Amino acid sequence: MAPTHATPQHPETAGAAAVADPVLEARSVSKRFPGVVALDDVSFALRAGEVHALVGENGAGKSTLIKVLTGVYRSDEGEVRVSGEPVRFARPFEAQQAGISTIYQEVNLVPLMSVARNIFLGREPKNRFGLIDFPRMNRETTELLDGFGVRVDPKRPLHTLGIGTQQMVALARAVSVQAQVVIMDEPTSSLEPREVETLFRVIENLRGQGIAVLYVSHRMDELYRICDRVTVLRDGRHIHTGELAPLERMQLVSMMLGRDMAEVRRDGLTGFAAEGHDAARTPVLTATGLDRRHQLRDIAVELYAGEVLGLGGLLGSGRSETAKALTGALPLDGGEITVDGKRIGRPTPAAAIRAGISMLPEDRKAEGIVPGLSVRENIVLAAMPRLSKAGIVSRAKQDRIVDIFMKRLRIKASSSEQKVGELSGGNQQKVLLARWLCLEPKVLLLDEPTRGIDVGAKAEVQSLIDELAREGLAVLLISSDIEELIEGADRIVVLRGGAVAGELAGDEVDESRLLEVLADHTPGAVPADRTPDTGGKVPAGQEDPR
Amino acid sequence: MTTQATLPRPAKRLARLRDPAWYQEYGVYAAVAVVLLFNALFTEHFMTADNLRTQLVQVAPIVIVALGMALVIGTEGIDLSVGSTMALAAALLPLYLGYGLVPALLIALLAGAVVGAINGTLVSLVGLQPIVATLALFVGGRGLALVMADGQLKQIVNPDVLALGTGSFLGIPTVVLIAGVLALAVGFLVQRTTFGRQIVAIGGNRSASALSGLPVKRVLIGVYILCGVMAALAGILATARLTASDPSSLGTLMELSAITAVVVGGTPLNGGSIRVLGTVAGALLMQLLRATLVKHDLPDSTAQIAQAAIIIAAVYVARERRSR
Repeated sequence: MAPTHATPQHPETAGAAAVADPVLEARSVSKRFPGVVALDDVSFALRAGEVHALVGENGAGKSTLIKVLTGVYRSDEGEVRVSGEPVRFARPFEAQQAGISTIYQEVNLVPLMSVARNIFLGREPKNRFGLIDFPRMNRETTELLDGFGVRVDPKRPLHTLGIGTQQMVALARAVSVQAQVVIMDEPTSSLEPREVETLFRVIENLRGQGIAVLYVSHRMDELYRICDRVTVLRDGRHIHTGELAPLERMQLVSMMLGRDMAEVRRDGLTGFAAEGHDAARTPVLTATGLDRRHQLRDIAVELYAGEVLGLGGLLGSGRSETAKALTGALPLDGGEITVDGKRIGRPTPAAAIRAGISMLPEDRKAEGIVPGLSVRENIVLAAMPRLSKAGIVSRAKQDRIVDIFMKRLRIKASSSEQKVGELSGGNQQKVLLARWLCLEPKVLLLDEPTRGIDVGAKAEVQSLIDELAREGLAVLLISSDIEELIEGADRIVVLRGGAVAGELAGDEVDESRLLEVLADHTPGAVPADRTPDTGGKVPAGQEDPR
Repeated sequence: MTTQATLPRPAKRLARLRDPAWYQEYGVYAAVAVVLLFNALFTEHFMTADNLRTQLVQVAPIVIVALGMALVIGTEGIDLSVGSTMALAAALLPLYLGYGLVPALLIALLAGAVVGAINGTLVSLVGLQPIVATLALFVGGRGLALVMADGQLKQIVNPDVLALGTGSFLGIPTVVLIAGVLALAVGFLVQRTTFGRQIVAIGGNRSASALSGLPVKRVLIGVYILCGVMAALAGILATARLTASDPSSLGTLMELSAITAVVVGGTPLNGGSIRVLGTVAGALLMQLLRATLVKHDLPDSTAQIAQAAIIIAAVYVARERRSR
């Protein structure tokens, strides 16, 4: 795709950017994996000074394309060009040296090293003895991060920070190397709204400097706010490239899904049905007085069969901790959990599963999938004892269950024996949902079930949640996507600083009410000691006491 | 694996030979075949029943220890104490032979189970790294064995014990038979039992397994106990073949031979996959390689260098595959 015959000028980028040579270009790139064609003859060009959105459904080939562009994968056919010159990156490092910086969806830094060392990894400032100049490195790190609105001790090991802060560190690193191209794969998936604003400021800044940004996200609002042009991939093929502003949202979504416009319109933007659910009168799950030092304070939750209860709150408010506490994965200092009137004695994951509680964890890669095992084995992982006789696994029973759930959740894999690590994020998430659903739970806790998966899978997961609640399951939904929370939940409990800050029910479940409760910042409601989850994140204008 | 079979084009069949995944999958069997073929052509008296039987008898204890080691490595662990466990079993055996063969064997195996339980507890409950946890008994176990045996080599005359080392059933040496049965049993354990699948899942992703309600700690302790018991059994068989209990040297460097067999057999050191047949072939390959070189009058040091080359090749192939 030559840039010469597709240059309608975008108001913001009119001028130098519009006529510039592509800084990064893929020509007729193909990439195959066992059983899957991940990229099929895809061409793509990125111009200097533009923010270019890359969108597509599950398994559309976005991640593969990025990995080809950055030297993680080598393409089977086609070539990659930087500033018009064909290149063949043997390693990601070579791509970095050519001025291509990447921020991956999952943070790719060294957890045990300090913030400063991570930012300067491989290009540490040296003193006159040729040793690392730590004072200078720390000073420059502080200055750099200040520009991102992040105040954190540069000497702190990275893993002690919250994931949002880690993402900001990754971003700081990516833009501080003299990059021509910055690739951002789902950069906002773990950021708070305030951090998203900072990110957008940084992106504007990059655009001003003539740096090209490739922006991958599933959040429509963000795309329309920040991006100039868009490229749509579907099933490994190039579908469309063009200016974003004149493109109608519905049109974009229908291109991504390969679905009829009218169909998309009828289904709405999220997969949730408009009407709520009829919840039962007595709660299935009751939790009272959940306490854990620095993390949870006297949390009480009631969950009814047939409803979706939203758990709202900002990053570090204790949402995930509450879900983990309910499944016995987080040891508690106090509190009581009962399911169907029966108290869970000592909460452990096994006990919670026996009582009928299932939880989809937030971090799919670290806590969810077993990458080397097949789709089948990942699905039956938790249910294995039930599908065995005298400790011996029954393949027939497993296959029956796996077959049902692969069809029901429409899991796309070459077969049930394909390794889960080879699937796209959305399909991995469906495999995990299948793992929990095949336990036939009474209570399903979903921690960010649609994070990092594409629009199509997102809508499928959302309508599945709807369906499950209608069938009588009690669902707890944690989501940072406010639209998803409001459209999906019948009732929302809002957490702040590890305690319940309020509850919205019925007509109160709307965006302005939720934001009001989220934003309500009474000093007494926040414990003096922040939760480890928030890490070094400090509300703007406050000093880090450490 | 079945995913490999989904490539439809015949041209891919040749491309397979350039694919590192193929080598990790089948490389060890191909290597064993190559060594056997070489010997059939160029080594006199190698492909005789007598020689092959000797090779199998010699490799049997290594196979048994390596099977246990493969389970441990499958959980992303490692057990350095297997050689010392062999010595401990060897030291205990003559002490209790007075009560009869079966009690003595049970005591020796029990010692292996105790060592394994300690290792497993240190790893799963205390949370030590496996290499450090098992290092304790690597050093301490042999010391204890020497104390119990008074540091002496003890001749063994009990005919039942000696029969374990030299006897045969249907023309197959007892030790080989035991190793074969164990290989089948471990293969079944890994592939078909919930315990086996849980081992692999825990090795593949421990937090995911814990959140899925798997009894992670129990499985880990169980794996180290199995490894300890198998090491003790290998110690008993080696003692029987030696016709003497020699706790000062029995099983020295066995941990390295076992790890080598597992790695050469294609089991990744970072867990999540256990290749039982590959482990057996790995042990066999190292044994045959050494025997071949010795038969061609090359010194043992050459054999060691050749083995080192094989290990590097195995690790290289595994690395290539992961970075794909």
